[in-house]
Amino acid sequence: MGNPILFLILAAIAIAAALGMLLSRNAVHSALFLVLNFVTVAILYIVLNAPFIAMVQITVYAGAIVVLFLFVIMLLGAERLAGVRGGSLWQRVLALVLAVALLIVFGVLLLQGDVAGPFTTQPLDGGPVGLGLRLFEAYMLPFQVTGVLLLAAIIGVVVLGHRRKEGKNA
Amino acid sequence: MPSTVTIDWYVTLSVILFTIGALGVLLRRNAIIIFMSVELMLNSANLLFVAFARHLADLDGQVLVFFVITVAAAEVAVGLALIVAIFRTKRSINIDEINLMKG
Repeated sequence: MGNPILFLILAAIAIAAALGMLLSRNAVHSALFLVLNFVTVAILYIVLNAPFIAMVQITVYAGAIVVLFLFVIMLLGAERLAGVRGGSLWQRVLALVLAVALLIVFGVLLLQGDVAGPFTTQPLDGGPVGLGLRLFEAYMLPFQVTGVLLLAAIIGVVVLGHRRKEGKNA
Repeated sequence: MPSTVTIDWYVTLSVILFTIGALGVLLRRNAIIIFMSVELMLNSANLLFVAFARHLADLDGQVLVFFVITVAAAEVAVGLALIVAIFRTKRSINIDEINLMKG
């Protein structure tokens, strides 16, 4: 699906942005690298016949979620933390060993898997109409549970963000 | 260079992004960066869902991505509220200093 050169360029940008998020010392830079990664993945979604998901990705992830991150970073003044790449040496070495082990396991599974091959040429309507019909026909109950989940999240955030008044046991 | 992109390419990219996210959770000490790494891992899973939706010509994968994005948004809102609440009491979001429940 898609032009190999385009895919390789986008994949390189996505991986570079992810590494930038992992390694930058300033949390604001990390958030901006995260935006770059989300936008690159959104372009891959468009290549994969998922234009609606791509737009949701940009508005919800790159828009709302990262803005929330930036807001909290600046609210707390937490751009820089001493020893951000912290932990003792053995912890860092262990983390790298575990990451390499994870990659090896994934690689072995990928080599053993039988899903390989080119993409199907059957049409796929990833636009708002097709996705909306599927969502409201086959996934009505999960959709409503999602609404309850969001309500619970809103109430939780309001309770957590509520500043108790001094001298009162609220 | 091969002339077409197969599903393996997307699986490989997704695996690499997931590993970078896992490394972020393990290596960094800033709680906000750890949250961002979790988002990166969710994002790599979403990429795989969309790629397989295209591979199998089935919209169910895209619907699942929809739900994952919703849950991620709720999780980030609650998580950041928790971080703000912790910062108010401890004046720090370094996870090594959040050890109140240590015996």
